[in-house]
Amino acid sequence: MLLIHCPYCNETLPEAEFTYAGEAHIVRPPDPSALSDDEWEGFLFIRSNVRGPHYERWRHMHGCGRFFNAVRDTVSDRFLTTYPAGQPRPDLASLTAASEPSK
Amino acid sequence: MSIQISSLTPGVLVETRAARVSTQPAPGRLSLRARKPALPALGAALGLTLPECIGQRAAGDGTEAICLGPDEWTILTSADLVAGLMAASAGVDQPHSLVDISGREVTLRIDGPRAAELLSLGCPRDIDGIAVGEGRRTVFDGATVVLWRDADNSFRMDIWNSFAPHLAQLLDIGARELAAESA
Repeated sequence: MLLIHCPYCNETLPEAEFTYAGEAHIVRPPDPSALSDDEWEGFLFIRSNVRGPHYERWRHMHGCGRFFNAVRDTVSDRFLTTYPAGQPRPDLASLTAASEPSK
Repeated sequence: MSIQISSLTPGVLVETRAARVSTQPAPGRLSLRARKPALPALGAALGLTLPECIGQRAAGDGTEAICLGPDEWTILTSADLVAGLMAASAGVDQPHSLVDISGREVTLRIDGPRAAELLSLGCPRDIDGIAVGEGRRTVFDGATVVLWRDADNSFRMDIWNSFAPHLAQLLDIGARELAAESA
């Protein structure tokens, strides 16, 4: 089972308390009615599906109930960091460098 | 086969050498949602200092509060004080929501020498990470519960009504199995 750090509870807890909520930093279009069908498709369905560090949303469903963002390596399944929703993407270079020695 | 929910009246559900599970009398329960700036005024209206750290508890005169999330608290009190607290908080001039959820949950008390071990039956969390006098919302065999740790081996578990028969049955079996194991 994965252990996930909740940035609101400030505890590292078992995955069973959390639910996955898709890719993070998807910005809602400010004027939805101005979008073409292709742009709608991109917003609704097209995701990056990266191999490696992935910015994604999680929800501490059976706990504080909050959504937060995480960076998880989709190859090793290791969490590089978690941070509250609304914060900018953390710099990937510093995250991978920091996690290097623990490999 | 689950326990009938109508049979979850105050009283002992199961008692073995390992642990005892009993149904608690229903208190008045309130759910409070508010932002940080409103806390001092709400605390004054409710007669306690609302804890700001998730999992922390506070007690006032006949009331008990636990912080469940960054903007969420549950307040326990006696059923006849609920209306008074609702009226007091209505006078607070800050955005907040205080809802009477007295009918939503059933509380089980789990105590006995192996109570913490019994909880590990359905709770993936490290029970020892919850200090005495604190509480957490967590998951127990798929159902969200609020776990209050009152002493080393004494817990309260608030369970939503529809999950209560299943969890009560599970704790019943668990308490018997632990006792059989140590025989």
